[in-house]
Amino acid sequence: MYIYDQYDQKFVDERVEQYRDQTKRYLDGQISDEEFLPLRLQNGLYVQRLAPMLRIAVPYGLMSSRQVRKIAEISRTFDKGYVHFTTRQNIQLNWPVLEEVPDILAELASVEMHAIQTSGNCIRNTTTDQFAGVASDEIEDPRPWCEIIRQWSTLHPEFAFLPRKFKIAVCGSEEDRAAFLLHDIGLQLVKNASGETGFHVYVGGGLGRTPVIASSIREFLPKEDLLTYLDAILRVYNRYGNRDNKYKARIKILVRAWTPEVFAQRVEAEWEHLKGGPATLTGSEIERVSGFFTAPDYQTVDSAAVEAELQSQAAENKAFSRWLDRNVRAQKQPGYAAVTLSLKPAGVAPGDVTDRQLDIIADLAERFSFGEIRTTHNQNIVLADVLKTELFELWQQAKSAGLATPNIGTINDMICCPGGDYCSLANAKSIPVAEAIQRKFDDLDYVYDLGDLELNISGCMNACGHHHIGHIGILGVDKKGEEWYQIQLGGSANRDAALGKVLGRSLSRDAVVDGIEKLLDVYVENRLDQESFLTTYQRIGIDKFKERVYAPVS
Amino acid sequence: MHQYPEQYLKDGLVTDNTWQLISADAETLPSGDILVPVSYWQAHRQQMAEHSGNVGVWVDGHEEIETFANAIATVPVIAINFTKFVDGRGFSMARLLRERFGYIGEIRAIGHFIRDQLFMLKRCGFNAFQFHSEIDLAAASKSLNDFSDAYQVAVDQPEPLFKRHR
Repeated sequence: MYIYDQYDQKFVDERVEQYRDQTKRYLDGQISDEEFLPLRLQNGLYVQRLAPMLRIAVPYGLMSSRQVRKIAEISRTFDKGYVHFTTRQNIQLNWPVLEEVPDILAELASVEMHAIQTSGNCIRNTTTDQFAGVASDEIEDPRPWCEIIRQWSTLHPEFAFLPRKFKIAVCGSEEDRAAFLLHDIGLQLVKNASGETGFHVYVGGGLGRTPVIASSIREFLPKEDLLTYLDAILRVYNRYGNRDNKYKARIKILVRAWTPEVFAQRVEAEWEHLKGGPATLTGSEIERVSGFFTAPDYQTVDSAAVEAELQSQAAENKAFSRWLDRNVRAQKQPGYAAVTLSLKPAGVAPGDVTDRQLDIIADLAERFSFGEIRTTHNQNIVLADVLKTELFELWQQAKSAGLATPNIGTINDMICCPGGDYCSLANAKSIPVAEAIQRKFDDLDYVYDLGDLELNISGCMNACGHHHIGHIGILGVDKKGEEWYQIQLGGSANRDAALGKVLGRSLSRDAVVDGIEKLLDVYVENRLDQESFLTTYQRIGIDKFKERVYAPVS
Repeated sequence: MHQYPEQYLKDGLVTDNTWQLISADAETLPSGDILVPVSYWQAHRQQMAEHSGNVGVWVDGHEEIETFANAIATVPVIAINFTKFVDGRGFSMARLLRERFGYIGEIRAIGHFIRDQLFMLKRCGFNAFQFHSEIDLAAASKSLNDFSDAYQVAVDQPEPLFKRHR
């Protein structure tokens, strides 16, 4: 992974001192609430329903075990001993004290971490595929590009006060595991006819109140031109994005108002001035950054023998076999696998882990996966480089720490925002709904039989729980002070990205789980062969589901 | 917007201010150095040429700089007005003035910007700062140097970090 040099380190250290002074002046009454707001937001600090919340950047989801241990220590010292992994691969502390945030940031800086631009109307953390570098369908490793974008976007002098927040994702593979079409800018690594690497550039995707799938504005951008082209997009947005209404301020609204064609022309016109300029990337810089993302020191193994041993372990132990099925996936290095540690056991808010579990995750990463951890946008943890011969031992250790629930990709691996329990924006609670669903569908045989199923829950239309792109999406709504839940079907975050359709009138909290069960019944009755929920839905349409859920009780 | 503070920050120093800011609806012009709205300046070129003091212009950060940048290339001061401190359009405008139109005079931030933006404003090409409210200018000037370097290309540093140090 990337290692800071003296310059990277100095920037985060100076940022801590800048924010320490700002906090002091705020507490002394020299900075008003209004003026302090963007300063604290751009250092990750929100004020939530119950307490402040601090969002820590995990650049493109990559962490070392040393960093994970530091997060554990911070959560013990400054918080309540647990943290939350978010859908943008970041980490949130739920109970920090405003006065202590500069000290927390200093602790983070000591392990090459920060909370810069994790909130506010600026360029946020760049996200990517949790299997970057080990996926066999990869065109090129997206992580060096994410790091190059991280450096370019960090403290960018021109784009710190945009009309609205701005999110960039990079996808390096055939299958999309970064939901890049749902970002303000989605960059897809591609090769042109001469075999050169570049980017297919999409703009204007996003969830929130007005969900939109991004539009293509340039099919091939040579890689050297990445930063000048990003500067051009951001400058056009900074100058012409709507600043009068925060609900119309995302770039997707501008792209739609102008049409993608006109938007592309405006960007190209701006880029004409910047193209080939001093910000053009050099081969040596690309090489320097790429040099941090080389393959670890893999062992050569006898693949056939390894497979045979694994098969026999799986045959003897059904629980292990299930975990292999759901939580372990192939990676390109023979003899190795990528393991997902589930942060979704029933009864725990999805994505929450304790300080003790963080320490164990750090230990497991060190023992089994070259000391590296990846966070996922599904709010789980990936150890990407595990020897297959060690899977059984890893499983046992993870299991005893509550990190081996075999539910990845199932209905119980839901994405869920903090909801009305924590968030001041939420219309409804989301965590209790998630828990009720997990409790209801606790029969593993049934859950496996259902197969791949993405269920996403948001407590309000801001869509932090990505309900628009769940195969089943649940949206909390407020009706005269009561919590109701709207169901959507058919969303997808993959290459065939689609937004869900509303099933019908919303359901009361008591009726949600029952409604979900009816949806699953319709699926099971109608599916053909190995068809997934989403495929069945796409084939039979929404009506059968609708009829069942809203059928009068006889 | 009749502001005439005694001092402002220029090139990092607390400096006496001789420039009077003239609002869009002013009926008469005072003598001495004045900053007039760019539309007024364009409509009254002759009068501006005959004015007793120096004449600069001020613009709102959201105006279309391309339409008048060349016309105002020779004025000694261009002030960019921030109607809200979170409106970042003035940052782009200053860069365009310096980098695209080659403006070398004073670019002064006026209106609602805050001390904590000085480092980035400076990077975008502002070299003067006239605060909208009372502030300890000497203390505020420290924020010009919140960071010792930067990754990106900007007006103050035309080469990116990766070409200079890596």
